[in-house]
Amino acid sequence: MSSRDLILARVRRALADVPRDDTPYDQAFERGYLREHGDRSVEQTVDLLAENLADYRARVHRCDADGLAATIAGLLAERGSTSVVVPTGLDPEWLAATDVTRVPDRLDSTPAELDRVDSVVTACAVAIAETGTIVLDGGPDQGRRRITLVPDHHICVVRVPVQVVSSVPQGLERLDPSRPLTWISGPSATSDIELDRVEGVHGPRTLEVVLVSGE
Amino acid sequence: MSGGTFVGMPSFPKAAHEAVHNQTLRGNLRHATHTIRAKRANAVAEVSDWAELREAGKQIKDHTLRHLDRYLVQLEESVTAAGGTVHWAADADEANRIVTYLVKATGESEVVKVKSMATQEIGLNEALEAEGINAYETDLAELIVQLGKDRPSHILVPAIHRNRGEIRDIFAREMSEWGRPAPEGLTDTPAELAEAARVHLREKFLRAKVGVSGANFMVAETGTLVVVESEGNGRMCLTLPETLISVVGIEKIVPTWQDLEVFLQTLPRSSTAERMNPYTSTWTGTTDEDGPQSFHLVLIDNGRTDTLADEVGRQALRCIRCSACLNVCPVYERAGGHAYGSVYPGPIGAILSPQLRGTQSEIDASLPYASSLCGACYDVCPVAIDIPEVLVHLRERIVEGGVVTRDGAKVVLKPAKGHAAERAAMRAARWAFGHPGALRTGQRFASRTRRFHPRTLPGPGKAWSETRALPTVPAEPFRDWWQRTHGGNKSGGGAK
Repeated sequence: MSSRDLILARVRRALADVPRDDTPYDQAFERGYLREHGDRSVEQTVDLLAENLADYRARVHRCDADGLAATIAGLLAERGSTSVVVPTGLDPEWLAATDVTRVPDRLDSTPAELDRVDSVVTACAVAIAETGTIVLDGGPDQGRRRITLVPDHHICVVRVPVQVVSSVPQGLERLDPSRPLTWISGPSATSDIELDRVEGVHGPRTLEVVLVSGE
Repeated sequence: MSGGTFVGMPSFPKAAHEAVHNQTLRGNLRHATHTIRAKRANAVAEVSDWAELREAGKQIKDHTLRHLDRYLVQLEESVTAAGGTVHWAADADEANRIVTYLVKATGESEVVKVKSMATQEIGLNEALEAEGINAYETDLAELIVQLGKDRPSHILVPAIHRNRGEIRDIFAREMSEWGRPAPEGLTDTPAELAEAARVHLREKFLRAKVGVSGANFMVAETGTLVVVESEGNGRMCLTLPETLISVVGIEKIVPTWQDLEVFLQTLPRSSTAERMNPYTSTWTGTTDEDGPQSFHLVLIDNGRTDTLADEVGRQALRCIRCSACLNVCPVYERAGGHAYGSVYPGPIGAILSPQLRGTQSEIDASLPYASSLCGACYDVCPVAIDIPEVLVHLRERIVEGGVVTRDGAKVVLKPAKGHAAERAAMRAARWAFGHPGALRTGQRFASRTRRFHPRTLPGPGKAWSETRALPTVPAEPFRDWWQRTHGGNKSGGGAK
């Protein structure tokens, strides 16, 4: 007998005492919890996102569509970056105001090459206000997962309010599980030394989130 | 510390006895658990529907366990359809053989690892090492444990027993043995220690060809795996290597994508007391041109189906490994994690280890007693595991013996040795309560002789009564007093 059949047979024997239950999945249990917490206007939801991102040490910036290129250029300059990874589908306008070296997100670039790049600029798929989370789904304006991981400085642009939801349940609804997802809530951190939170381990140690309105 | 293994551990009381006399350990644990307790309470208080989330989490897990065979088959189908390969391992040895084979097939001799309870449980690192494969732990706390040739003592923070000064010393001494040495003049500030770990591990991440992980959740409907983490070491291991091998217990399934909405709210708040942990990765099979192009899922039983066969004990399989129960437990806080002799310490370990491993060994037979039954663990559990109920159930099984399932087969456990006095006392009590005349005579005798009662018990009862005050026997048995003061009132109950 294969281990697969062995394990499945053990499961069935283990459940011999459980009465047969044909309740369909969607009636099997109660979802008595809330779809979102609190009652907020769209503006308040965006404010909450900004507040929670900042609470976990992301640096939050706000601008309108016309000011986006200048904002990004300013952040790269302030950081002293000389190179930036660019996802293939990123709106070229976003980088129109900076002259740092663009490094395209290529299949054959090695992790060591990415490690030499200063910054990365991406869009996101959705942002969750209650938890201060941005989610990347590997779309053309976000690129492969590794480009937002290896460089030490990540600038992520969130289109507000269209990309912002209130809660985790609303966020999951918008996401496609067949895509590889990365949920990011603040920069890399650890609680491993005396259960106290310290920012900055392996992921980007600086996370800047630009909330851009009126796109 | 005996070279990173739990084999041959003494019973909990013996191990705990040594631990409680270690002042540094107690100080470290008190500091860490109290810090996280207050934070968790705040994180939970922030959501008004915590009770409903907890109930839903419990019900989703119970439903899944009840139909585990169906969901396992569905998961296998969806993972396979998404480009992954599913392997099944009945026990630890089989799982280790599968992973070793898969690593060797890549031609590599080193792997980077994301922190995973399942791979610790099966002793994967040791098995790989025996085959000449180096497994590098990349979680900061796991790194501290690995470098210190130590054992994990907490589910979430395996190095919780180490303070910053000890961590600094381990890094300064050991890092050069494994790769890039710690920087000169390393101090004990947490930020510097984290930086040292970043630099030390980065070269390993960048050259890694094989990653090994566990998973917090597996979604049957979509074949999606979920890893929840903080540092980014998980993302490194899940995305940079060419081959990814995930070793996951069969109980980690949830039926649908939507079910994650419950656990992604309750897990971070329960474990690190955050609204959301810094990084959560989800992946479904393989993705063209992004991340590992070869993905293997190794599903392990290793005692889980035996646990599932126990009507009371099966609720332990709901556990999502948040470790909130450890952080509130007065016994854990004083004894520390090592005394539990398992990768699963604390209250959840006291009910999980004896069920996964059986109660034959001294340590496993003693674990259900490693509790004062105060119930704090049950209160904080985000999937409402009634740990005290299972503890009492397991105690009964150890003392009384009975039918249990081991390796899929029913076996009859003999009553444990060493509980003879307890069993004799219980038998005597049963007899006395069944013979009211004898009970009355005995109680009167006890009352009249009460001036001569010793303050501690003689013989084998000495140790027990040394730390407990014996109850004082009243001058008159209750039933005599009742008869005297309420005598003749047939209706009883004090009613006029």
